[in-house]
Amino acid sequence: MSVNYLNHDKSIKSWLLSLDHKRIGIMYLVAVALSFLGGGILAILVRTELLAPGQTIMSADAYNQSFTLHAVLMIFAFIIPAVPAVMGNFVLPIQLGAKDVAFPRLNLASFYIYLAGAAIVLSALAVGRIDGGWTFYAPYSMTIGDSILFITAGVFVMGFSSILTGLNFIVTIHKMRAPGLTWNRLPLFIWSIYATSIVQVLATPVIGITMVLLFLERLLGIGIFDPALGGDPVLFQHFFWFYSHPAVYIMILPAFGIISDLMGTFSRQQVSGYKFVALSSVAIAFLGFLVWGHHMFVSGQSAVSSVVFSLITYLIGIPTGVKVINWVQTMHRGSVWLQTPMLYALMFLFTFSIGGFTGVMLGVLAVDVHLHDTYFVVAHFHYVMMGGNVIAALGGLHYWWPKMTGKMFNETLGRIGAALVFIGFNTTFFPQFIMGTQGMPRRYYDYLEQFTNLHVLSTIGSYILAVGLFLIAGYLLHSLFRGRKAPANPWGGLTLEWTHTTTPPHPHNFEETPIVTRGPYDYHLAPELFQKGEGDGFGSEVVSVTPSSTHSD
Amino acid sequence: MASHADHPAHLQHHFVSSEQQFDSAKMGMWLFLITEILLFSGMFVAYTVYRVWYPEMFAGMAELLDWRLGGLNTLVLLASSFTVALGIHYAQVDNKKGLVTNLILTFVFACIFLVVKYFEYSAKIEHGIVLGDGFAPHGVSHGVDYASFDVPMAQQFFSIYYVMTGIHGFHVLVGMGLFAWITVRAIKGEFSSAYYTPVELCGLYWHLVDIIWIFLFPLLYLI
Ligand code: HEM
Ligand SMILES: [Cu+2]
Repeated sequence: MSVNYLNHDKSIKSWLLSLDHKRIGIMYLVAVALSFLGGGILAILVRTELLAPGQTIMSADAYNQSFTLHAVLMIFAFIIPAVPAVMGNFVLPIQLGAKDVAFPRLNLASFYIYLAGAAIVLSALAVGRIDGGWTFYAPYSMTIGDSILFITAGVFVMGFSSILTGLNFIVTIHKMRAPGLTWNRLPLFIWSIYATSIVQVLATPVIGITMVLLFLERLLGIGIFDPALGGDPVLFQHFFWFYSHPAVYIMILPAFGIISDLMGTFSRQQVSGYKFVALSSVAIAFLGFLVWGHHMFVSGQSAVSSVVFSLITYLIGIPTGVKVINWVQTMHRGSVWLQTPMLYALMFLFTFSIGGFTGVMLGVLAVDVHLHDTYFVVAHFHYVMMGGNVIAALGGLHYWWPKMTGKMFNETLGRIGAALVFIGFNTTFFPQFIMGTQGMPRRYYDYLEQFTNLHVLSTIGSYILAVGLFLIAGYLLHSLFRGRKAPANPWGGLTLEWTHTTTPPHPHNFEETPIVTRGPYDYHLAPELFQKGEGDGFGSEVVSVTPSSTHSD
Repeated sequence: MASHADHPAHLQHHFVSSEQQFDSAKMGMWLFLITEILLFSGMFVAYTVYRVWYPEMFAGMAELLDWRLGGLNTLVLLASSFTVALGIHYAQVDNKKGLVTNLILTFVFACIFLVVKYFEYSAKIEHGIVLGDGFAPHGVSHGVDYASFDVPMAQQFFSIYYVMTGIHGFHVLVGMGLFAWITVRAIKGEFSSAYYTPVELCGLYWHLVDIIWIFLFPLLYLI
């Protein structure tokens, strides 16, 4: 077997201290998967508690703690780093034709900063009870135990990791592109990671200072946010959402990128409106900074600002819609090859559209006043975060799994897993829209008799989802040991990670720096990949050209 | 592939050229400085909000801060920005002695800044101007009656003052660490006109620390 990034040095130390972006990506994968597992187990506990009104399996206090930790883990330890830090790290430098990111040491540092932050958050559990959700609203966060100090400190520290990753990627994209890789030829995944990184760099410092102020408020009583000390709790909400709304784009933009790449590759077609899709990511990133007030319609902010925030929120729908339309058109013009990754892309179109559309509904001032803090909001953000980000991330994971591990997963199980996720996800969250419109408030331990059926349905859905996710974890792990050996380009992709490097990649990615002569989805210019030689009308008959594997350093 | 002998020692292997490495480092530093600006802008927003709500209180409290000490510190930081710029210049012309001298001067100025800050803080703390519950201004010194500052919401002003100058002071401290580190490297002769990226980056950082103070000084001490 030729030398690759997995086998060139197998010691534990060579992993833990590795500066190789690919290994760092894999370490992140393990870490965020564990966060997802932890957050997921808590979610199942929360859903189980809601099987019946009143106490079912845990006390009200345990319930509050569970949903708080669930959210903090899922948001800060899982979804924010997930796609950029795992797939961004693994794929981005290769797609750029670079040997590594611009600052490999910083990259490794940001991994350990992330771990430290997560550890600080978890140590809160040892200090006392945690409460208040992931939003830490003052003044409630002033009244709960000292554990909040650890959670805010942990979130602050993880923020640094996020900033450093974003910074690293921006510089890498600007400075490390291979010859011929112009901005117009960047894979759309890169464009979306670029937009994401901008948000990471610009928004995260604000949550950083917010956490510092909250921390000092709790520790020293500085009186900025706590009304009992003369502070202003609405100011906290402004600070919090100034980060946390843009942060939803840290979650979704990379997902858009994965979906664009999947659409191009599995439709064997140029992605329609390439420039629109690319620039709409950047547009979303910037507009995203102007809408935070839509989380605060009922906070007592001025009516004028509410109206303005509401109007700008509608605008976000436009670049988002542009993408959806272009994806659909790409499939329409191409010939779709339905492999597991592509199944996730289709699923994404469905679930994300529901999530985005209900988001616009919530952006309508008058509607939101009724739906705010109900299960409708819970359903909305799960449709975008789980239905958008996680499903896209699963698509990306299946897409790049052969490249990362050198092994193919079992396609049949892949399809079954995808189906279970789809059914489970919708069964879990669709009923929550209905409950929300009927007035079921979020973050409640108990509920009225009349909501029982929908809650039971939702809980059953969550079990199906869990089974699906465990199945996926199972066959992926199994493939590591028993999987078929993956060819260099199993899906017939045209971006550099498929066409110019071995599977798994060489430790330095490329034998020699690639020279890029075509766009990322220019199938009509890639006759060598297919038996027939043109862009359209291909099934699975990919002729995999294995890049030369002899190493000449 | 070129053998390692052709590479300058500082060139990391994943870069194609020294130029690419330098440009990347510089861009990274600029991005980092942008995050610093955003970090501080959070505090400036808090400052603005409270100032708009309590204009008289803010104007009154500023009198307690000694503009002479603040002004002195402003001069000290300006001087340090000058010495660091000079240091970079000497690095570019391969003048090791000039570089080392100016780096040390910068370090010393940063020290002076913190010493002055220490005297400012301790005078206030002595008179009960502290963060949190203990806030109870009392006593007279240098003709200032501290008790007259015990008005409603006064604490907000001093909270903002301590947090902003405290976080700024922390940046000065970090800067001192950086200068200590690059001074040692400069003495070892690691920098030359061919490679002085760390000097330049620390200089950029230091200018930012300086500029932030240029805003803090009038906002807190003067108006
Ligand atoms: C078309 C784009 C979107 C629009 C117009 C939109 C709009 C909204 C609005 C108006 C709310 C506030 C509802 C309320 O609290 O009453 C909201 C909540 C939320 N959205 Fe979105 N959204 C969009 C996309 C997203 C995306 C992509 C994500 C994450 C990946 C997301 C995550 C959330 C979360 C987490 C909340 C709830 C926050 C909380 O109160 O805990 N949204 N959205
Ligand atoms: Cu929002």
